[in-house]
Amino acid sequence: MHLAYPAVLAALLFCVGLYGVLARRNAILVLMSVELMLNAVNLNLVAFDVWLRDALHAGQALTLFTIAIAAAEIGIGLAIVLMVYRNRGTADVDRLRDTAESPETPESPESTAEKAEAAA
Amino acid sequence: MILAAPPAHPGFLSPTGVEVAFLLVGLVTLGAAVVSVTTKQLVHAALWLVVALGGLAVEYLLLTAEFIAWVQVLIYVGSVVVLLLFGLMLTRAPIGRSPDADSGNRPVALAVAAAAAAALVWVVWDAFRKSWIDLEGPAQGSTGVTGEILFRHWVLPFEALSVLLLAALVGAIVLSRKKPEGERD
Amino acid sequence: MTTTTLAALVPVLPFLGAAAGLALGRTAPGFVRPLAVLPTLAAAVLAVLVAVRQGGNTVIEAATELTPTGSVPITLGLHIDGFAALVAVLVGVVASCVQIYSTGYLREDPRYPSYAALVSLFTAAMLLVVYSGDLMVLLVGWEIMGICSYFLVGHYWETPEARSASLKAFLVTKLGDVPFLFGLFALAADAGTFRIDGILSTVASGGLDHPTLVALLLLAGVAGKSAQFPLHTWLPDAMAGPTPVSALIHAATMVAAGVYFVARLLPVFAASAAALTVLAVMAAVTMVGSALAALAQDDIKRVLAYSTIGQLGYMAGALAVGDRGAAVFHLLSHAAFKALLFLAAGAVIHAAGTNSLTAMSRMGGLAKRIPDAYWTMTVALLALAAIPPFAGFFSKEAVLVAAEHTALGDRPGVPAGAGWTVLVAGLLTALLTAAYALRLWLRTFRGRGAEAPHHGRQPIAMTSVLWVLAVPSLGFGLSALVLDDWFDGESLLPTLTTAVLGTGLAVAGGAVTYAVWRTVAARAVPPMATPHVAHPDADAGLVEAEALRLPHPAEDPADPGRVLLGPLHGPAADGFHLDALYRTVFVRPVVGAASLVRFLDREVVDTYVSGAANTAKGLGWLVRRAQTGNVQTYLSALLAGSVVLAIAAVALANAFAGA
Repeated sequence: MHLAYPAVLAALLFCVGLYGVLARRNAILVLMSVELMLNAVNLNLVAFDVWLRDALHAGQALTLFTIAIAAAEIGIGLAIVLMVYRNRGTADVDRLRDTAESPETPESPESTAEKAEAAA
Repeated sequence: MILAAPPAHPGFLSPTGVEVAFLLVGLVTLGAAVVSVTTKQLVHAALWLVVALGGLAVEYLLLTAEFIAWVQVLIYVGSVVVLLLFGLMLTRAPIGRSPDADSGNRPVALAVAAAAAAALVWVVWDAFRKSWIDLEGPAQGSTGVTGEILFRHWVLPFEALSVLLLAALVGAIVLSRKKPEGERD
Repeated sequence: MTTTTLAALVPVLPFLGAAAGLALGRTAPGFVRPLAVLPTLAAAVLAVLVAVRQGGNTVIEAATELTPTGSVPITLGLHIDGFAALVAVLVGVVASCVQIYSTGYLREDPRYPSYAALVSLFTAAMLLVVYSGDLMVLLVGWEIMGICSYFLVGHYWETPEARSASLKAFLVTKLGDVPFLFGLFALAADAGTFRIDGILSTVASGGLDHPTLVALLLLAGVAGKSAQFPLHTWLPDAMAGPTPVSALIHAATMVAAGVYFVARLLPVFAASAAALTVLAVMAAVTMVGSALAALAQDDIKRVLAYSTIGQLGYMAGALAVGDRGAAVFHLLSHAAFKALLFLAAGAVIHAAGTNSLTAMSRMGGLAKRIPDAYWTMTVALLALAAIPPFAGFFSKEAVLVAAEHTALGDRPGVPAGAGWTVLVAGLLTALLTAAYALRLWLRTFRGRGAEAPHHGRQPIAMTSVLWVLAVPSLGFGLSALVLDDWFDGESLLPTLTTAVLGTGLAVAGGAVTYAVWRTVAARAVPPMATPHVAHPDADAGLVEAEALRLPHPAEDPADPGRVLLGPLHGPAADGFHLDALYRTVFVRPVVGAASLVRFLDREVVDTYVSGAANTAKGLGWLVRRAQTGNVQTYLSALLAGSVVLAIAAVALANAFAGA
């Protein structure tokens, strides 16, 4: 079998996953896309392992590790998403914008007043 | 190895049976993946992910990595997707079409993904179009082989990974545990 | 104590007094008066002592170099010859009189402590100028006087006149000081030293390379300080200060400094005939112009101010004809009677409640109210008009004699034209001086009208000083018999020709003025309300501060000066429109240039500044747009960047591989 087939398939799957990560709104869908990307890498690992006939089968071993880590990742990731959802009522990635700079000036009168009160 | 590969292997226009099967399953996998990241129905996305991951398992089989294939089916199709579905349900994801499944970032995402795909495919094709995988001979990824190398050469990482999994398990439990009333984290 | 130590103490004492007065002025008001009077008085006594020990014809030289100062060394030095000793005595005496007078005059002034300290500092600076043997140290005193005059003229800074007058005094003298500084540098560069004796010996050996340039540059500074045409305009305006300050500035310190400086460095000026000619013309124009202007003024202090300018013109004229003995002699006698005139004028203003001559001429019996001021002022005016045997007669005759000698070619190295110029202008001015002196006297003390209000006797501190100063005004001229030893040894005694000419012209001027006054005063004067101060019983200084703000009454037909001057009266009253001329020629362009600079600064330079700020702000705004808080956007940018980098790397690798 040509090596190009699995390699190209893996590349395309990776990019589909990439698109999903960047374009999806729901955090769980983003996690799914991450899984797709990981699997694309796995396919690569397996294909090259077979192609190279590695005596240690490093590719396959690494694939197993990746799968295990992916399982752990999905567990933790889902736990985080659940907590976010519980705290904020949404799991939409683009609505979690606490790091954005507010459109007003950083030192709004209320905030300074609050500061003054806090200082007092 | 590359140089040692048989110089006269069949061209792309005369595929072997395995190649035909790989291509067809690959197309299905890719299509399922694309639908999974584009569909407006969230639950459908998870189900299409099952198809894609299952397709990948078949590909592993075709690459003679049977143990990986079964692990794939077991862990991904069996548990990860189920977990994801649980997650969808726990976050009250709407059943049916939700028009806002994609964020406003979509055009940028498309452009980046397309550029990345073009670059990767170009590079990969350029590098490996003459490489040939010899699938004859003993299976590369039979359970026996895999078990042997795993517990002979990769024991230490394997054990470390088990600890990591345990830590992840504990972490997930701690994170998702419902707090008693009045207690805040 | 050695004479050198005594001499060093003379400028130091008032300086310490000033420092202590400033330091204690608020905390210990009781010490202010002793601290103001005693150091100055002590300095005066010490100056007399120094003069006695110096004896007139021996030159005391002492110098110490504190630290090396580069190419031209600067030393703390004393150079006391007859001129310095006598002028120091004069400064000390007049300053003491002024300080004593001020204790009465500014009795209730809240700013008296700072005022007294500044007067002390002023005195110290002048004494430094007088004694200094080093031109750089002299310049220090010179500039301290400039800043002190600024503060003292602006003593009543609540009034806009005082503010602008103090600024004007400062700026105009500074205008002369800049070329003066350059002149000092040029002189030191030629002579290789700032020491006066070194410079004089250089000049004597003909080592001065650019005598005309140096002399003209120095003359600019002298004209500024000594109020010579064309830099005299600050002096009449400086009348906005308190009267004792005027007395100090006019008699002893500021204006004397310029004349004294030229007298001290006369050989430098004498090395250049051109400079002497310029000085002579300057003196002549100053004399005649200021005498005409004095004849037309209504403010009593402005009359005196213009007369000061005129008398300074005499001194400058004496210097221009190369006789510094006559110049300093006139400086001394003029200081006595001019200080007296100003101090008496202060008493008159206090009594009359106005500084307008017109208002005084409609006030009867002023002479009876203030007999001390009346008699002493009469003496001083007679001295001013150079009537024998008063002091002014002898000193003015000395000047005229010197000019006559030069005009007749008796003095080698000085152009005869300068002598003729000074002589003719001096004689003409003698006529005019007598006229305005008599006019002043008649209009002040021979007024007709309502009786002057009675405010009680003047403080003894004020009247006693008047009599003290009346003595030298009366008798100082007789010292001409002995003073020539202290100076260059030339006789200061009048000759018959000039004495007859000068006195005759003075008497003629007086007679004409009296006749005109009789004629016009007989005319019916329309009763006009003349402005007076609202609180005539207040302290003298407060009365004057208030009088400064009074409007001057309209043209008075009973003014003899008006008739005498005829069509010249308007321009003369306005100082021959020199202020307006300066305004057109200098002030307007400067203001225009300033507004241009302001425009350039605001509209052009600031555009770059604010443009830079706005650019940064805009960039910041753009960058802020990127910070959306959306993780996906960040990730897109990150990945796009990696893709671009990866493609670039691959393309480069291919390109190199292809190459």
